[in-house]
Amino acid sequence: MSVDVRVPTILRSYTGGAKTVPGTGDTLAGLLADLETRHPGLRGRLVTEEGALHRFVNVYVNDEDVRFLGALEAKLSAGDTVTVLPAVAGGAGQASGASEALAGSASPAGG
Amino acid sequence: MARYESLLDACGETPLVGLPRLAPAVAPDAPPVRLWAKLEDRNPTGSVKDRAALWMVRAAEQAGTLRAGDTILEPTSGNTGIALAMVAKLRGYRLVCVMPENVSTERTQLLRMYGAEIIFSPAAGGSNQAVATAKQLAEEHPDWVMLFQYGNQANARAHYETTGPELLRDLPTVTHFVAGLGTTGTLMGVGRYLRDKVAGVEIVAAEPRYGELVYGLRNIDEGYVPELYDPEVLTRRFSVGTRDAVLRTRQLVEVEGLFVGFSSGAVLHAALAVAHEAVRDGRAADVAFLVADGGWKYLSTGGYGGTLAEAEQALDRQLWA
Repeated sequence: MSVDVRVPTILRSYTGGAKTVPGTGDTLAGLLADLETRHPGLRGRLVTEEGALHRFVNVYVNDEDVRFLGALEAKLSAGDTVTVLPAVAGGAGQASGASEALAGSASPAGG
Repeated sequence: MARYESLLDACGETPLVGLPRLAPAVAPDAPPVRLWAKLEDRNPTGSVKDRAALWMVRAAEQAGTLRAGDTILEPTSGNTGIALAMVAKLRGYRLVCVMPENVSTERTQLLRMYGAEIIFSPAAGGSNQAVATAKQLAEEHPDWVMLFQYGNQANARAHYETTGPELLRDLPTVTHFVAGLGTTGTLMGVGRYLRDKVAGVEIVAAEPRYGELVYGLRNIDEGYVPELYDPEVLTRRFSVGTRDAVLRTRQLVEVEGLFVGFSSGAVLHAALAVAHEAVRDGRAADVAFLVADGGWKYLSTGGYGGTLAEAEQALDRQLWA
């Protein structure tokens, strides 16, 4: 199963700066094992020593949170997109640049 | 009856409206799949946060931690700040909001107009810095009361006691509830209520996925999960990107005449995903989603004009939900 993995900026030191890397696996666990062979150290940033997803890491398969799809046992299909993102409290983040009408909103409308 | 003794009493009891034009088409002999929007912009200050603000203040009053003339402190520049400013004004409290110095002038003007005082935190630290500054101020001023919406159970309870019951009363056949995930108060409160009452109900979270620059400086080890969050309450959780949120926000006004903020566009995107699944599986569904606020405060973001690509670019660096 070949899938695309979107890597957040903070972890691109493990992918030679690449935003998206290919990987294979029938499950998320399989995919992470595959990625580790080419991007050593990456898996350790996403999975704890106890073998669970790190609390502050969110992983999505086609925009759906894997924690509700079986976590590391979530099934993957060819062509899926896997996205890794740091957990962000709604709005509690830093934006930069000139257009900042919503920047710093610590109270997202949807909370 | 639509007469109230004060603005505070006009909080809640928001309309639930059907969206027949946006709901997915089903064959005439197939089970119906319907889409409903709960319009929380119809609250006193124009957002769902009026419920949380009112309940958090009342809970603090009842607990005796908030007394007449006290100062409320909250790190927020958004809807919660505006809602708290209104409640504080009407109930006789002073409100101090801590927010990054680089937020929009509309926010600052609106909060000041409502009578809130603003303490700015350094722009470079974003809202995490605002929270840190607020916590520091709370230590320096032990007489100030920080309600802290991310960890205040009264936030979720407002929705367990009001939003959830209103929804179930108006839509006893509800099969899915979809809302945005920020403090998680709405989803925790409504979700727990519906799960208590409706077997098999799905509680679906839509989480904004911002432009890359917003996450760029995030360290994975320093993430934040609100104290209120209990993943057991949810059945699914979607991440919705800027482009999809803008697309759905525009569809809501173009197709159904509903003008909403981008977070509600993101919520609609998730609601449509589960509605289409129900159609595909031949299941009847009543999908209710929550409109957290109207689009007025976001007109200056550039997300409502131009092409989708232009809107996406304009919102790229912004926390649009």
